[in-house]
Amino acid sequence: MPATAANPVIEFRDVSYRVADTQVLRDLNLQVQPGEILALLGRSGSGKTTTLKLVNRLVSPTSGEVLVNGLPNTDIEITQLRRSIGYVIQEVGLFPHFTVARNIGLVPKIEGWPEPRIRARVDELLQLAGLAPTLASRYPHQLSGGQRQRVGVARALAADPEILLMDEPFGALDPLTRDELQREFLSLQRRLCKTVVFVTHDLHEAMRLGSRIALMEAGKLVTVLSPDDFLRSSDPWPAAYVKAFGDRLESTTTEGKS
Amino acid sequence: MNVFRFILQNRGQVLELTGEHLWLVGLSTLFATLIGIPLGILIAHRPRLNKPILAGANIIQTVPSLALFGFLLPVPWLGDRADRLAILALTLYALLPIIRNTYTGIRGVDLAVMEAGRGMGLTELQLLLQVELPLAVSVILSGIRTAVVISVGLATIAAAIGAGGLGEFIFRGLAMVDNRVILAGAVPAAILALVADLGVGWLEKRLQPR
Repeated sequence: MPATAANPVIEFRDVSYRVADTQVLRDLNLQVQPGEILALLGRSGSGKTTTLKLVNRLVSPTSGEVLVNGLPNTDIEITQLRRSIGYVIQEVGLFPHFTVARNIGLVPKIEGWPEPRIRARVDELLQLAGLAPTLASRYPHQLSGGQRQRVGVARALAADPEILLMDEPFGALDPLTRDELQREFLSLQRRLCKTVVFVTHDLHEAMRLGSRIALMEAGKLVTVLSPDDFLRSSDPWPAAYVKAFGDRLESTTTEGKS
Repeated sequence: MNVFRFILQNRGQVLELTGEHLWLVGLSTLFATLIGIPLGILIAHRPRLNKPILAGANIIQTVPSLALFGFLLPVPWLGDRADRLAILALTLYALLPIIRNTYTGIRGVDLAVMEAGRGMGLTELQLLLQVELPLAVSVILSGIRTAVVISVGLATIAAAIGAGGLGEFIFRGLAMVDNRVILAGAVPAAILALVADLGVGWLEKRLQPR
């Protein structure tokens, strides 16, 4: 799939965002191509989460516009826009008073799917997310952190959205679980071919999952590079990251590609 | 004990006054719930209104109940019937715990849950009905529970303006300097408060989200 010929699924055009006196984002121009995984890498406060939330309009830009499938996202009815975009956050945000099945089936339900179709979809997603069918009737507090995050991903995929937004989805997990989920996520993505934007401050994760890495610093997009180019880059910011994450990097990347 | 003999001998009247008492407390709690929950929801979503509304409910709470009954007495439509007046006064007193607990309960909902819900495309109404209220329900009910227990006690004072209820016995007993008569009002009122407390407490447990 030649990336240049495709129409971007998400496009930021001169987007700025400020709250009171703080310029959170400045003149952001960025395109996300169909089927790619774009990693938004940056420190806390660099504007990466804001960038993500601009897509599903949890945040509205002060100036500029965000296009989704070629349309300004302000032209799409807000709940419709959000239901067509999967959203996964670090804290997962499962509804504590809903069972796993109800959590996963939430968007189909509010979209008015018939009950049998929702049930079938929930079963399918449990399997897809590597969760035992017996977990369907459990409540979130009865699950482990890794299981909760799997449910979070399954829930985001429920209505089969084309776009998936993920805010440090694996950030709160222990290293072993994180590794497992990252690997499964990659193989899942190979099958589903969603357009994914995910936020991370972890260069390992960005290298491993991202097809491109967008590096942000202090509200500005510094550069967008492929993982390989990122490693070789002589720009000061990417180089600083590579240095900070040290020599473990080489082994991580080779493992990620195997 | 002669208190219980007295109650037993006058059980007809005790039951009647208990019924009146229940009517005053039940109706005022119902009104306070119908007004208090929406107000609590409102201030949970409009932080600007938080201070004025809670301050208003607080001020009402500080007015001595006997004085409030007295203040309302000359109001045209209200003054016509003492039970109307008593119900209004009791409703006003019951507002604060209900508004405050509704507010606290809704504000206590995990922000990540709200953000996830919003991000998935739930409308504000869906968020309120499917997330905020179900998760806040036990806190709201404990506010109603407080309101009921306060009301049962306060409603005894309503007898001072002729609104009936178990306070009749208490005031009569005071006038007659007869403890048996006072207790004939006080004991059923205390039992009523306990039963209401346990009842709402049971409901609170049952409706508690996991």
